[in-house]
Amino acid sequence: MADRPGHILIVDDNKVNRLLQSRSVELLGHQASVAENGRIAMQMLAAGDYDLMLLDIEMPEMDGFEVLEAIKADPSLRDVPVIVTSSVEGIDNVVRCIELGADDYLQKPVNKTLLRARLSSSLDKKHLRDEQKRLLERFATTEVAQDLAESGFSIGGRRVRASVLFCDLRGFTAMSETNDPENTIEVLNTYYTLMFEAVNSNGGVINQMIGDGLMALFGAPQELENTAECAFAAALEMASMMDLLNQDRVANEEAPLGVGIGIATGDVVAGYTGTQDRATYTCVGSTVNLAARLESHTKVVGCGVLTDAATHAGLSDGTELTRVPGVNIRGFDAPLDIYSL
Amino acid sequence: MTDAPVDPSVLAELQDAAGAEFAAELLDTFLDEEGPAMIADLKAATDAADVDTYRRTAHSIKSNAQVFGATALANIARDMELKGLDTATEVGVLVAAFEEAATTLRGMLDG
Repeated sequence: MADRPGHILIVDDNKVNRLLQSRSVELLGHQASVAENGRIAMQMLAAGDYDLMLLDIEMPEMDGFEVLEAIKADPSLRDVPVIVTSSVEGIDNVVRCIELGADDYLQKPVNKTLLRARLSSSLDKKHLRDEQKRLLERFATTEVAQDLAESGFSIGGRRVRASVLFCDLRGFTAMSETNDPENTIEVLNTYYTLMFEAVNSNGGVINQMIGDGLMALFGAPQELENTAECAFAAALEMASMMDLLNQDRVANEEAPLGVGIGIATGDVVAGYTGTQDRATYTCVGSTVNLAARLESHTKVVGCGVLTDAATHAGLSDGTELTRVPGVNIRGFDAPLDIYSL
Repeated sequence: MTDAPVDPSVLAELQDAAGAEFAAELLDTFLDEEGPAMIADLKAATDAADVDTYRRTAHSIKSNAQVFGATALANIARDMELKGLDTATEVGVLVAAFEEAATTLRGMLDG
């Protein structure tokens, strides 16, 4: 019996081969499903959950090479290990399979002992990758986790054009001193759930959470066509979610909560910082500083959202923002024109 | 061709790996269903000058013959797969090898 039973998808156009391979993997303690060509296999992969694929090369409709290419191009399938089982002639075909991402190649008829060893090694690796992914996604967003997996944790930054958004809960620190602790954490969790949703649904990622404040990035690691528009849309969504939250709070005779949001757009240096054991995806640069200053300046202006001129320039024409000219922002020599909502 | 029709060690390994009963069922599937169907496909592909189907069918027959250790049949099918339709071996040669393999394999399983 297998140490780690898996669900194996067997893809082969030949009935004798399908029967024999199903029997072989079932005798090893795994579950087997079969597809008789590549096209059917891709449909099954999209609909079901498989731990590994045993793939034939010579098949009508969609052959093994085409299946390997399709899997390689689809991030959601890329983690399914593929072992090619074939009696195709020529070492160049074997090389091609490996180059297209196959984990291994087994010559048909497949030797029982070899099959057991390869299956268990591939399933172990898959299990480890799944565990890593689960862990990563808990501490980072899906985008960052994917970027990390693809870049292989390469530390090293790149300069990208991005919009940075800072958001802070108003008066929350004072409230936390009088409120009971359980309630404080519950409010924070609700707040974060709503803000994450607003940021993620507009293509951004949240890369910092400090107390009741958060920092979100639009344009890195995932590229976006118009980062300013996405960040601003997220800010509007955040504001309307806070309205909903406050309706609830008022109904429960609790004080409404306010947020301040600052957005700045420009070049930033983005990348992973930290050590091998603990790293975070972040970005630095004057754009980041400006966004943080704008967020805190909302208290001075008495408004919910402040943006810099570059963000305002990226918004579509219909957006009504009030220009606040010549504002002195700490850390910036010349006075800046900013825009408030 | 001086190949033996069947390599008994391959058949023994199949019986050991998959179980004797399953091996017998699998052989029936090959000899009674899949083999004759593939030979018919091969003939049709020859008549229609369908190069792809011809090569793929020869490949499948080779692959199945190897499962049971039918060496002579596998070698003829492999030859057809590699050379293709243009310099085709007569399908009749393959049919004769298939019949010989069938008789030998059945004799071995009964014996």
